[in-house]
Amino acid sequence: MAMRRYRNEHDRSVFSRRALVLFGVQGAVATALGARMYQLQIVEGETYAARADRARIRPSLLAPVRGQIVSRDGKPLAVNRHNYRVILYREEVDDPEKTLERLSALIPLPPLRRKALLEEIGRTRAFLPVVLAENLKWEEFAEVNANAPALAGVSPELGLTRHYPESDFTGHLVGYVAAASERDVERAGKDGALIKLPGMRIGKSGVERVEEIALRGKAGLSRVEKDAHGRPIQELERREGTPGEDLTLTVDMGLQKYAMQRMGEESGAVVVMDVYDGDVLAMASTPGFDPNGFVLGLSQKDWLALRDNEKKPLNNKAVSGLYPPGSTFKMVVAMAALEAGLVGPGHSVYCGGHIELGSHRFHCWKRGGHGTVTMHEGLKQSCDVYFYDLAKRLGIDLLAETARKFGIGVLPEIGLVDAKSGLMPDKAWKRARKQEAWYPGETLHAGIGQGYLLGSPLQLAVMAARIANGGYEVHPRLVRARNGERVRARSLRGTGIDAAHVETVQRGMYGVVNEPGGTAYRSRIALPGHEMSGKTGTAQVRRITTAERATGVLKNSELPWKERDHALFVAFAPADDPRYAISVIVEHGGGGSKVAAPIARDVLLKLQFPREIPEGAIPQGAAPMFTVKDEDEDNDGNEDA
Amino acid sequence: MTSVEQHGTAGPTLPQKLLRLNWPLVLLIVLVAGIGFAMQYSVADGSVDPWARRQMIRFAVSFVGMLVVAMVDIRFWRGTAYAFYGVSLLLLIGVEIAGTVGMGAQRWIDIGPIRLQPSELMKIALVVALARFFHDLNPRQIRHVLTLIPPLLMIAVPAALVVKQPDLGTAVLLASGGIVIMFLAGVSLWFFALLMAGAGGLVYAVFASKGQDWALLKPYQYDRIAVFLNPELDPRGAGYHITQSKIAFGSGGATGEGYLQGPLSRLDFLPEKHTDFIFTVLGEEFGMIGGLVLLGLYMVVLLFGLMTAMRIRHLFGRLVATGVCMTFFAYFAINMAMVMGMAPVVGVPLPLVSYGGTSMLVILFGFGLLLSAQVHGKVTFPRRGTVL
Repeated sequence: MAMRRYRNEHDRSVFSRRALVLFGVQGAVATALGARMYQLQIVEGETYAARADRARIRPSLLAPVRGQIVSRDGKPLAVNRHNYRVILYREEVDDPEKTLERLSALIPLPPLRRKALLEEIGRTRAFLPVVLAENLKWEEFAEVNANAPALAGVSPELGLTRHYPESDFTGHLVGYVAAASERDVERAGKDGALIKLPGMRIGKSGVERVEEIALRGKAGLSRVEKDAHGRPIQELERREGTPGEDLTLTVDMGLQKYAMQRMGEESGAVVVMDVYDGDVLAMASTPGFDPNGFVLGLSQKDWLALRDNEKKPLNNKAVSGLYPPGSTFKMVVAMAALEAGLVGPGHSVYCGGHIELGSHRFHCWKRGGHGTVTMHEGLKQSCDVYFYDLAKRLGIDLLAETARKFGIGVLPEIGLVDAKSGLMPDKAWKRARKQEAWYPGETLHAGIGQGYLLGSPLQLAVMAARIANGGYEVHPRLVRARNGERVRARSLRGTGIDAAHVETVQRGMYGVVNEPGGTAYRSRIALPGHEMSGKTGTAQVRRITTAERATGVLKNSELPWKERDHALFVAFAPADDPRYAISVIVEHGGGGSKVAAPIARDVLLKLQFPREIPEGAIPQGAAPMFTVKDEDEDNDGNEDA
Repeated sequence: MTSVEQHGTAGPTLPQKLLRLNWPLVLLIVLVAGIGFAMQYSVADGSVDPWARRQMIRFAVSFVGMLVVAMVDIRFWRGTAYAFYGVSLLLLIGVEIAGTVGMGAQRWIDIGPIRLQPSELMKIALVVALARFFHDLNPRQIRHVLTLIPPLLMIAVPAALVVKQPDLGTAVLLASGGIVIMFLAGVSLWFFALLMAGAGGLVYAVFASKGQDWALLKPYQYDRIAVFLNPELDPRGAGYHITQSKIAFGSGGATGEGYLQGPLSRLDFLPEKHTDFIFTVLGEEFGMIGGLVLLGLYMVVLLFGLMTAMRIRHLFGRLVATGVCMTFFAYFAINMAMVMGMAPVVGVPLPLVSYGGTSMLVILFGFGLLLSAQVHGKVTFPRRGTVL
């Protein structure tokens, strides 16, 4: 017993010592655990907290509502239309196939589309919505709404898509939006993330593109808490963005539409602008195209049809079409000569039908010639020989200097990316470009607006406007107001051209239209105070050979369309107190007086008398004014938000 | 302690036993389990379903079981120790044969409605069996080298079976628990020096065998170790658990996000958040203060257990009590180290807090034995002199 007790005591002391050692080790481990907590939560706590936030909180951009575009007369040109969509939330659906089948009884969902959708649903992660149908009719949308209880997981929702109510009439001008490309995203810099958002569209052409930044607005921010699978749980913070600016264009929709319709099937352009503030009242380019197609996505067939059409409906000819200005350039030649002091307004030239320069013979359009012509008659009858003479005296460089003051060869400051600067050649240009000296004969060609000379319809309108306003540097503009607030017009700077010289030319243009013998006399407006002054032009597309001159120049109608002359006309009205300038170009239309001048007359009449043309505006024997039945003039209300 | 001497015949009555029970320890256990309920409620987004309610029921049943076990005379447990060990071993082998495959490793056996993890049961059975072995041993024989063969076999066989399951964590737990009992029983320190050298050799062998035909571990176990050593290796795969756990735990800071507020736990970033990673949730919601409080409570439980053990007069009781304490310690230390990125992810629950029936039952059974040894601390055993 004693022995046992001793043994037991011995055991106990060994046990106790070792138990203490054990507890010591355990205490050390516990201390290490505590130290680890300190390290993770206190020393590195902030870092981990930041990582935790990054893991669970995803900031996402909120697309701002794109600004809308209206015309100066209040017609909506680009609006955000309700897009009735049906969206499927996979998580709430047991059997997508059955759901789609049920849905197909309510909205058009052909079996092939259903199959594609089922594949998409299979691919998409469960919490991401799948768009089943878009741009539904209200009736279909309502039908889905009414049946919502039987369609778990199917949600009828309202989105916004861009819509252009005036479709073809403003396709070039307003442009269109589409999804951003890789390059767009790169170029957008800080906004790259915004324009990459699904459903986000950016301006690809026209005003939509020029004013992209203003129309786009500022992105909002939403911080959404998401779980480990990326499923959104709750929104922690939401800062709404700033909607894009609503723009009021300078364009008058009534006039724009009329101009487009007046051009009809012709390929060409009409630009009307205010001669003082530069407001572009109409910028028509025909044929038009429907920008809505680009928003919804064009079919390959439709796209190819547009692209391969020889009348180039996708080009905005008003700013990007370049044509030799032809005789419409003669005012500039006259002013250059007067400015240079080489001739006075009374300077006269004998026109025998041609002029000789070295071994070359330069022809007047009128076979047999005009006889002796003054500057006034030279403009009025568009005598080529008269202007050959002036050009020869001037030389190309002096001519170019004046031409640039009237915007020829100068990029119009209108912002449209497809706007072109055209070409006003001079000696330096030719040396740089062609490594060749300037030939005197080329100066003669330039004197009648041919040769290297190229200008766009907009540039010709600017030229006409600067003549009309007495020689002031008016610049065209497209935006009249932003968010309802008027944009101030640029103050007018003089071109430095003597007002008297401008007046001489104005009188010549008056004669062209309003005096018998003027090339556009048949297109006059016979209402005092509303007359139009203008200048015809016919731009040759092909060279007329000597042989052809000998056998008789072919008539335009005998030529294939592509080889016919361009018909041009520039004008302003009212003649005695000008307010509006216009340029009209009809591609391969033939003569300016026959084809382009009547269009300018009609458009200027429509502009001055939007409702009803007064009796006697059109003189006896002239072609009646073109009219269109505007069935939707008064009932195309503003249907959109 | 009362002066009532027990010499086998007229033992104390049940109420006396109940009074003698180490109630502070019992209350501490209830407190820790209470923290568990709170955490189960939290990981279910503030709901008693699906975990907290069932955890409470299991605890209640196991708790009653613990008291019953505590009331049973410790000599009964000595008597059934080998039988208990034998049954556990058979069940462990049964898992090999009839086990259901779960989590890629066979760990459960279905007995009617209960899904039993024999490896958990073995943790206690091994403690009891080893305690009996050393209790029954003639003191002179403890220094004999051959004496060490039976206990080493008793440890090695179940540990090998568990490794084969494969469940590395439990195997380490079993082995370390058994060795601690040998240590406390008075086995020569030379043995432990040798053992440590051997363990070092084994670790070397494990790494040396990687990729060889005779690889000691499964590829995923190597992956886990590699990823544990460098979690950034595989932030979306195997390192994901550790990384997410550390982020969530660390983001708790000093005071935590607040109860029911832990965002990452709430948002499914944590794997096994109601079981193995419950401590991460606690760390995220209560911060370092919460973590230290739980660790402190565990240590107090441990201290109470060891102090109780030291007062027990018989070796069997002392070894059982310290063995239970060691198992308990190994549970929470490994689990905490694991979720804090100090140990590989091995699938050891946080005792009394993690959701799970078997571990709860086993731990409370162990504490029942500890309490039985305490209540019956002064009983005498008929000692046989030798086992060899």
